[in-house]
Amino acid sequence: MRRGLPQKFFSGQDLACRRGGRLVFRGLNFSLGRGGALLLAGPNGSGKTSLLRMLAGLTPPAEGQIFWHGSSISLDPAAHRARLHFIGHQDALKPALTARENLAFWVEMRGGKRRGADAALKSFRLGARADWPCRYLSAGERRRLALARLIASKAWLWLLDEPATGLDTQALEHLLAAISAHRRQGGCVVAATHAPLALAEAAVLSLADFAPRRAA
Amino acid sequence: MNAFAALVGRDLKLAFRQGGDWANVAAFFALAVILFPFGVGPEPELLARISAGVLWVAALLAALLSLERLFQSDWEDGSLEALVLMPLPLELQALAKCLAHWLATGLPLTVIAPLLALVLHFNSAGMVSLVLAMLLGTPVLSLIGAVGAALTLGARRGGVLLSLLVLPLYIPVLIFGVAASEAASMGFAARPHLLLLAALLLAALALAPWAAAAALRQAME
Repeated sequence: MRRGLPQKFFSGQDLACRRGGRLVFRGLNFSLGRGGALLLAGPNGSGKTSLLRMLAGLTPPAEGQIFWHGSSISLDPAAHRARLHFIGHQDALKPALTARENLAFWVEMRGGKRRGADAALKSFRLGARADWPCRYLSAGERRRLALARLIASKAWLWLLDEPATGLDTQALEHLLAAISAHRRQGGCVVAATHAPLALAEAAVLSLADFAPRRAA
Repeated sequence: MNAFAALVGRDLKLAFRQGGDWANVAAFFALAVILFPFGVGPEPELLARISAGVLWVAALLAALLSLERLFQSDWEDGSLEALVLMPLPLELQALAKCLAHWLATGLPLTVIAPLLALVLHFNSAGMVSLVLAMLLGTPVLSLIGAVGAALTLGARRGGVLLSLLVLPLYIPVLIFGVAASEAASMGFAARPHLLLLAALLLAALALAPWAAAAALRQAME
């Protein structure tokens, strides 16, 4: 077994975020090794979603840099997009399309095969709902369908915004199992969550610690 | 190109399943044209003289009608955020959405235009050039419209703003579209006008996807 510091895979240096001219957090550092998991904690408005969007490359950081294998993600945004899954707090599903069509669309957009979609539907217990239009699915089922994108096509980095919202205990176990299988294969996970997510050996980053100090 | 086809296919499926956006657009086009004989009277000479202009103005307004939803619904349900992160370049995604929009609106307009032309006593000698002009002109409407739709994303009352932004840009299409449609019935050659429409289409194909993609990226930040 190799000992010592974990290999730096995905890291951020001195990150700052500005929303509407106001500083939300600054001086934030993190680093994740192979199979690493990072939980973002903090009260509403502390910048969890902003940080996730930054890590996805949707918004550039106001200060600092984000690195993948030592090179800044802003150098090759296309390569960064190809290696990540971003599941935002919205489910990105079309009510008029069936569950299978919705999932198959996202799989094909990432260059995958439709077959991957069927297996992913089954593993999130949506096999019986595959041909239902999404407008008839419950909130929890829609969330499960959004999460099924994670395993329907492969990506190294999973960025999850409140992934457990609306999930029942069984679905939560499926999600945790999917995450640990992903980490065993060397993938990384960053999740913003309110409810504590039971991930083994996950680092916790409390965003409130990086809020700018108010002048006394 | 698999992803490109998937996006076109999805947008077409949505257009045909959600109560038929295309049917609304075609119905609006037909109604707007049919209003004119009631408004200006049934004299065949008068109707024939204004027919090309009426057809094109009505087509412009009908195309505008469905533009607001082009990116709006994707933006509202989080799909746009996910699309921006897909490997397919955003410029090509914008092009795919324009293609789907044209297939669902511009093409039906082109198909029913000759029928409505008959209602307006349009000279049948110009029918071929009318259809050709519509085939070349309506994709330009979708492409320019996509830039406007992307720029007004998230704006309140985006629909009105979109019309103000896009309609002036539609004027060249209107001028050459009408000229091409009228030329043949007046005994002139339609070819130069059709070539100018083709040039407009090529320019829009080259520029609009980039402009729309830049506006979409801006909307995502």
